[in-house]
Amino acid sequence: MSTKRKIRIVVAKPGLDSHDRGAKVIARAFRDAGMEVIYTGLWQTPEQIVETALQEDVDVVALSILSGAHMTLFPKITKLMKQKGLNDILVLGGGVIPDEDIPALKKIGIAEVFGPDTPTNTIIKFIKENTQKTK
Amino acid sequence: MNQIKQLVNGVLKGNRRSIAKTITLIENNPHEAQKAVSKLYPHTGKAHIIGITGPTGSGKSTLIEKLVKELRKKRKRVGIIAVDPSSPFTGGAFLGDRIRMQKLSTDKEVFIRSMATRNSPGGLARATRDAVKVLDASGKDVVIVETVGAGQSEVDIIKVAHTVVVVLAPGLGDDIQAIKAGMMEIGDIFVVNKADRENADEAVIDIETMLNMGSEKEKWRPPVIKTTATKDEGTAMLLNRINQHMKYLKKEVFDIQRRQKAETELIEAIKQKTTDSIIDELRRKGELEKLVQEILAKKTDPYSAADALLKERLKRFRTNG
Ligand SMILES: Nc1nc2c(ncn2[C@@H]2O[C@H](COP(=O)(O)OP(=O)(O)OP(=O)(O)O)[C@@H](O)[C@H]2O)c(=O)[nH]1
Ligand SMILES: [Mg+2]
Repeated sequence: MSTKRKIRIVVAKPGLDSHDRGAKVIARAFRDAGMEVIYTGLWQTPEQIVETALQEDVDVVALSILSGAHMTLFPKITKLMKQKGLNDILVLGGGVIPDEDIPALKKIGIAEVFGPDTPTNTIIKFIKENTQKTK
Repeated sequence: MNQIKQLVNGVLKGNRRSIAKTITLIENNPHEAQKAVSKLYPHTGKAHIIGITGPTGSGKSTLIEKLVKELRKKRKRVGIIAVDPSSPFTGGAFLGDRIRMQKLSTDKEVFIRSMATRNSPGGLARATRDAVKVLDASGKDVVIVETVGAGQSEVDIIKVAHTVVVVLAPGLGDDIQAIKAGMMEIGDIFVVNKADRENADEAVIDIETMLNMGSEKEKWRPPVIKTTATKDEGTAMLLNRINQHMKYLKKEVFDIQRRQKAETELIEAIKQKTTDSIIDELRRKGELEKLVQEILAKKTDPYSAADALLKERLKRFRTNG
């Protein structure tokens, strides 16, 4: 009996960004890399994102934000995830995030932050390497 | 085993994490998951299972959100499984049904799971049926399964659902023509969604005409309903019809349908288990590979090879039968 592990990933846009073109491009790149991508659309609250991650039992939560609210929204999300015991999920940040914020974000549980110019292959490679651990 | 026990206990208590993990196990390791599903089986059979199918973009997910809003007013607990196709090339999938159901995502009594078909033959993944059982056993009153009706998948929905709702939209034109034949067979209720658009009435007449050509002996004549999901118009009526259909089933055919479902499932399980065990054995003994090589060398063909292989193994059945 073969056991098939598929990487499941939720791509979410917290906050009030007015478009999600970038997030959609990333989502499709993940799909083309063989992942199952749960896409949730714009204007997600932290509660919605965390509940989605729980119900969909994802391996990765990829957050994209352009509005500059990452320093308030990202910590809310990681805190909620810890409260619900979702400790084994890889959380990634993307969008427009200044370099000086990155250390603080890593401290609160964001595994990596990818700027808008990061080639999608780099992100995909990172995900594949960091979801190898058997759950 | 301990892990299975924990999952099962969690599911029976309605724990959302356990439900999610059990469905993942069903998707990744059906063999192991079977232990959990077997334990859950006695607790199933309570939920009304509704299939929502129709062409891409007809408004199924939007309609489901509104339908569930209506169900929640009546304090019904709801599970939703939204099935989308996996790419045959990469195995990946874009699962976007949640976009239209966001208002439901923090309601603790609503559980939504997106599932990719993972190229399981027959369209609607076998896993879907087991996932429905998990939600049923977890105490949901209603379980809704959304599938895209293109190609084969719509046929499978009748094996899973008590009530099949076919959602169409005006202006799909030839598309409707092409899928009609298949869809007309399986629908218990027909919805013309996007009634705010032109030609909705024509679409209704169209469907009514096709339904009138069907057999008159049937006791349930599928109703055709207009909805505008985006404005939440017609959804209360739709729910009303869905409940009527359940009443009809209970009065007329529920036991026959249940028996039929049980038989179908048993036969499928037998098929799967026999082929799995035979193929496993052939692989282990290297016989499979040997024959593959012979086929490649054109010494035999797949059918003759299968005959030769199965002859001994099936002898018992022949002599007994
Ligand atoms: N005008 C109008 N648009 C609608 C209506 N219902 C849904 N839509 C729109 O139709 C589009 C598709 O809706 P979905 O609910 O995603 O359709 P679906 O059938 O679930 O689509 P797939 O899951 O991709 O097959 C969205 O842009 C909706 O806003 C309606 O009643 N009227
Ligand atoms: Mg949909």
